[in-house]
Amino acid sequence: MGWFSKKKKASPDPTKSKDVFVQCSRCHAHIFLEEWKEQVKVCPRCNFHDRLSARERLDLLIDAGSFHELGKDIRPGDPLLFADARGSYAEKAEAARAKTGMNEAVLAGHGRLNKLHTAIAIMDFRFLGGSLGGSTGEKILMTTEYAAGHKLPCIIVSASGGARMHEGMVSLMQMAKTCAGVARLRQRNLPLISVMTDPTTGGVSASYAMVGDFHLAEPGALIGFAGRRVIEQTIKQKLPDDFQTAEYLQEHGFIDCIVQRTELKSLLHSLLVYCGCS
Amino acid sequence: MLDFEKDLSVLDQRIDELKQLSEQGEADFSAEIENLAAKQRQIAKRVYADLTPWQTVQVARHPQRPVLRDWIGLLFSDFIELHGDRCFGDDAAIIGGFATLENRRLMLIGHQKGKNVDENMERNFGMARPEGYRKALRLMKLAEKFSLPVVCFIDTPGAYPGMDAEARGQAEAIANNILEMSTLKTPILVLVTGEGGSGGALGIGVGDTILMMQHAIYSVISPEGCASILWRDGNRASDAAAALKLTAASLMELRLVDEIVPEPPGGAHRNDEATAASIRTVLLEHLKRLTRIPVSKLITRRFDKYAKIGQPL
Repeated sequence: MGWFSKKKKASPDPTKSKDVFVQCSRCHAHIFLEEWKEQVKVCPRCNFHDRLSARERLDLLIDAGSFHELGKDIRPGDPLLFADARGSYAEKAEAARAKTGMNEAVLAGHGRLNKLHTAIAIMDFRFLGGSLGGSTGEKILMTTEYAAGHKLPCIIVSASGGARMHEGMVSLMQMAKTCAGVARLRQRNLPLISVMTDPTTGGVSASYAMVGDFHLAEPGALIGFAGRRVIEQTIKQKLPDDFQTAEYLQEHGFIDCIVQRTELKSLLHSLLVYCGCS
Repeated sequence: MLDFEKDLSVLDQRIDELKQLSEQGEADFSAEIENLAAKQRQIAKRVYADLTPWQTVQVARHPQRPVLRDWIGLLFSDFIELHGDRCFGDDAAIIGGFATLENRRLMLIGHQKGKNVDENMERNFGMARPEGYRKALRLMKLAEKFSLPVVCFIDTPGAYPGMDAEARGQAEAIANNILEMSTLKTPILVLVTGEGGSGGALGIGVGDTILMMQHAIYSVISPEGCASILWRDGNRASDAAAALKLTAASLMELRLVDEIVPEPPGGAHRNDEATAASIRTVLLEHLKRLTRIPVSKLITRRFDKYAKIGQPL
C-alpha cells in the first residue's frame, strides 16, 4: 500500500524536546515546528502535503479580516434517524462538532483573495471524513448561489471521502443539488476553480469537484471515484502505487495544474485575473 | 431461489406438472390448476405485502427480474439503438436510442444487465464505464436538440469500480452528466426499475420526475458495503438495508421519489406483462404532464426540486 493511502498527521516527536519539532509522517524527517508552520504543513524534505483544517486553509487563501461566513449555524440533519452497531449518527455528528469546533464539514463564505472578491467553500476532512451530507451540500449551494447572485467567481477546496452514508439518499442527492448550483455559474460565465486536496473521492469527486473550469490539485493528493480496496477486489490485482494520485490524474487529463501549497494563493489570483475578475 | 419464495416455487412446479399432464391428455386438471393458482396468488400477495428491506434488495436483484431489453420489447416500438460515445468506445452496460411509447417518440436510455452469466459478462453486470455515461449524455443532447423527452431506466449495482474506468475519468463523466442533466432543455423522466446503485445510478438519474418500481431499491451505497464499513461485518447487510431506507416506500416518505409504480403480487418477474402495463400507464401520464410545461419553467422547477433536498429544517 502506498504512502498516500495511510497518511497520518505529522505528530510532535516524543524523542525530541517538546513542541520544537514535528516528524513528517511520510519520510519521518524531524522538522522544526517553526519551519513546518512557515511551509504550511509541507515537509521541506519530501514535499509531503499534510492535511489542513478549513480554518488553516482559509488563513492561507483569504486576506486577513475580509472573510464573511455563510450558513455558520447550519448543522447536520438526521433524515433517516440513522444508527449502526457503534452508535447513532446524531452522536457522531455531535462528536465531530466537539472535535473540530465546526458545525459542518464545509466552511462557506466570501472574502478577498489578494483584494479580489470571491465566494469560497472549504471542506474539512476532520468533520466526519469531509463527507457530503444534506447540510454540507446546502452550504456548497449557498456558496455557488452567492457567487451567482453577486457575479463573483467561486473557489471550492475539496477534502472528502465521499457521500455521507448516514444520510442515505439525501446524501446522494447532494451531488445533483451542488451540480445544479455549478450549472448556474456556467450559465452566467462565472469561473469555478476546484482545488482538490487529499483526499477528494467518491461522491464529491463525482460532483462539484470535477466540474470546475479549472482543476487544481495538491501534490500527492488522493483523487478518484471508487476506493482502492474495492477496485482491487473487483479486478483481483494490485494497483500501482501512483494510482489515483494528483499526478496520475493530471497525466490522464483531469487536472490543469498541480500546485505547491505555498504557491496556491498566487496561482488562484492569476487565474481569476485571466478570467477578468477585478 | 430466494428463501421467502420457497412456497411459491413449490406451487409453480406443481402447476407446471399438472399443466403438462393436462396437455398430454392424461386427465383434466383445470379445476385443480385454478385452485392452486388462486392459492399461489394469495401466498404471493401475503409474502410480497410484507417484504423486509433486505428481501426487497433481493427481489430488486432477482436474476429473473426483467432487464432493460425485456422492457423495450414489452413497452416500446420502433427502438433504434444508437451506439458509442464518439470518443472512446461503446459501453454495453448502458444502452440508448429512439423509442416510441404508444404514439409518443422519446429518447430511451438505461442500464442493461444480463440474465445469465454470458449476458452479464457482455453487459458487465450493468456497471457502466465513463464511455457509457458519455454516450448517455450524447443521446440526451440529441433529445434536447430535437425536442424529445428523455426517459431513463435505472438498474445498476453501481458505476464500474475498475482501473480502466478510473483512468478514463469515471468521476468526471458522472459529475458532468449530473450537471448537464440539471439544465437539459427537455423533460427528463426517470424510472428506477431494479437496483439504483449510488453515483452509477445518478449519472443517468437526474430528472423532473423520479419514479420507482414497487420492489426496486435506490441507495447511496450497497447494503453489503455499508455493513462492512459501519458494522465492520459484511454479513450485517440486512441491518444496513433497513437503516439506509432504500425501498420505494421509504423514499416516498422522504420525498425523494415522486411516485411508485405498482408490481403484481409476486413481483415483476412473475408477471412481466402486467408490470409493463402499469409502467406504461404511469409513464404516459407523466410524459403528457411534463411535455406541457414550458422548458424554462421546467428547468427552474428542476433546480428547486434538488435545492430543496437536505435543506435544514
